[in-house]
Amino acid sequence: MPASSDIVFRATGLTKVYRNAALEVQALRGIDFQARKGEFIVILGPSGSGKSTFLNIVGGLDRASDGEVWFEDHQLTSLNEAQLTQYRRDHVGFVFQFYNLVPSLTARENVQLVTEIARRPMQADHALALVGLSDRANHFPAQLSGGEQQRVAIARAIAKNPEVLLCDEPTGALDSATGIKVLQALTEVNRAVGATTLVITHNAAIRDIADRVIRFADGRIAEETVNATKKLPAEVAW
Amino acid sequence: MIWETVRLALLALRRNKLRSALTMLGIVIGVAAVIAMVTVGQGSSRSVTASVASLGTNVLSLRPGTHGFGPTGSRPARAFTLRDAEALADLSVIARVSPTVSSGQTVVAGGENLGTSITGATSGYLEVGGWTIRSGRSFNSAEDRSGASVCIIGETIRQTLFRTTDPVGQQMRVGNISCEVIGLLQAKGAGTFGQDQDDVVLMPIRTVQRRLAGNDDVGSISLALVSDVSATRGAREIEALMRDRRRIAAGAENDFSIMDRAQIAQVLTGINSVLTGMLSSVAAVSLLVGGIGIMNIMLVSVTERTREIGIRLAIGAEGRQVLTQFLVEAVVLSLVGGIIGVIVGLGLAFAASIFMAIPFAPQVYVVILAFGFSALIGVIFGYFPARKAARLDPIDALRHE
Repeated sequence: MPASSDIVFRATGLTKVYRNAALEVQALRGIDFQARKGEFIVILGPSGSGKSTFLNIVGGLDRASDGEVWFEDHQLTSLNEAQLTQYRRDHVGFVFQFYNLVPSLTARENVQLVTEIARRPMQADHALALVGLSDRANHFPAQLSGGEQQRVAIARAIAKNPEVLLCDEPTGALDSATGIKVLQALTEVNRAVGATTLVITHNAAIRDIADRVIRFADGRIAEETVNATKKLPAEVAW
Repeated sequence: MIWETVRLALLALRRNKLRSALTMLGIVIGVAAVIAMVTVGQGSSRSVTASVASLGTNVLSLRPGTHGFGPTGSRPARAFTLRDAEALADLSVIARVSPTVSSGQTVVAGGENLGTSITGATSGYLEVGGWTIRSGRSFNSAEDRSGASVCIIGETIRQTLFRTTDPVGQQMRVGNISCEVIGLLQAKGAGTFGQDQDDVVLMPIRTVQRRLAGNDDVGSISLALVSDVSATRGAREIEALMRDRRRIAAGAENDFSIMDRAQIAQVLTGINSVLTGMLSSVAAVSLLVGGIGIMNIMLVSVTERTREIGIRLAIGAEGRQVLTQFLVEAVVLSLVGGIIGVIVGLGLAFAASIFMAIPFAPQVYVVILAFGFSALIGVIFGYFPARKAARLDPIDALRHE
């Protein structure tokens, strides 16, 4: 059992219900979850199984309906809007499926969007170097390929030196060759910065690069597997 | 930090140059219109005041009938006669009399014709009206007395009928009489309200009365007062004399009016102010419309950039920072529009001042006011869209198309 000081996330009975006028949708039905510092976790599951909802709550973008989520010694479920914003700003890096770069800013300036508001950021150029894009720092998103844009997004996410890196389908829009490059950037960043990394994907082939694999189904955790050995992204194919 | 926000705002505006330009157009037009109106209004006021000053303050204008601003309205009355003018000339306070009468006629010469108003006058007209002879001479007293067929013309008449030749000594047909041109007046250009002051033909007043009008009427009398006499005293003596001559009973109202040039100027500038005020109000309305245009475009912009806003909020930017960014964009739009509007407005006023021959009188306070107002419009009409942006839910925003 890992030392409890090593545990970054702890969720118990995490539940999320979406209610609008007529319908009630149970997105999460009582999730229990733990993550250690520096762990690389892949989250699998079909559409609608609650993966993204889980990630949003863990990242402070959304609120749980019931249950508790602890990040180190902050109880996320009891924070107000302003505090959640601060949590996001100081501790969490997000990478989304569609790269979400600001088109009117260069790669470096996109990363600087984060370094300007973070408490203890790294240099924007250092973040870009970690993802292998030092020579594209002055290019605009329109001049970058899909994979390169995604890597800039990763650089932006880690530039603030976050404790947590959350990726929602980072390779979903990419072909396998480019996707592998992105995964390489993620694993490199996970190693270099030591951020606890959660990657959502519906592509089961990626599971082999993780420390732990969690499979969601119908709002619950269906299966949890620990990988005895990890593969490198280059060794994975889909 | 605020400088970063301004930089981001300028970048965003530059990305959509055409849209930014079109959005600014409303503000540009509104500000330009206000600036142009007020500057031209100011210039024409000054022009009136200047022409009053150039004529001297002790020239009074005597007309039959009353002017229609009071409860009684306009009432026509008997015209004056030359004997009235002579009686007035005898008053000690009067230095010079200039009786006039107008008659609309067609003038013909050199194969061209022109409809114009003939002014029957005496030799005193030039001095009282501030005219100078450019070539030739004025009427002599014999021509005054006998009603000779001579005339003095202005530059516009000369250009239409005689082109570039010297008209002095040539014949001209006025109505049904033929007369000799004895003098050409120095050009004066456009008057206070754009009327052409050089469109003038002067003939001896007796000529016009006997041979064109067929009566004894004198339409108005201008009186130059002796230099140390006040306008009030002059008017009082003129009034007393005229009441006597026209047999107005004690207690009855005058059937004529005496105005000094300052009063005339006051009436004219009063009309000017009302006009300027009305036009400026219309221009201010267009500023309002410009502001609504900005709000529209900012709302569209917020919708279009929902994803981008979602990213910034997800990364951890505070709603306040997003609000500031969009507010700054709106204010930059309206300020830049205001600057362009001021330049365009002053340019228009300058062109108008040349065209209308009035002084170019830019007012600093109006320029500052226009700036301040356009910044205010940016803040007011940009606030609602900016607040909308700041209040977006990050998750919904990220999912937006």
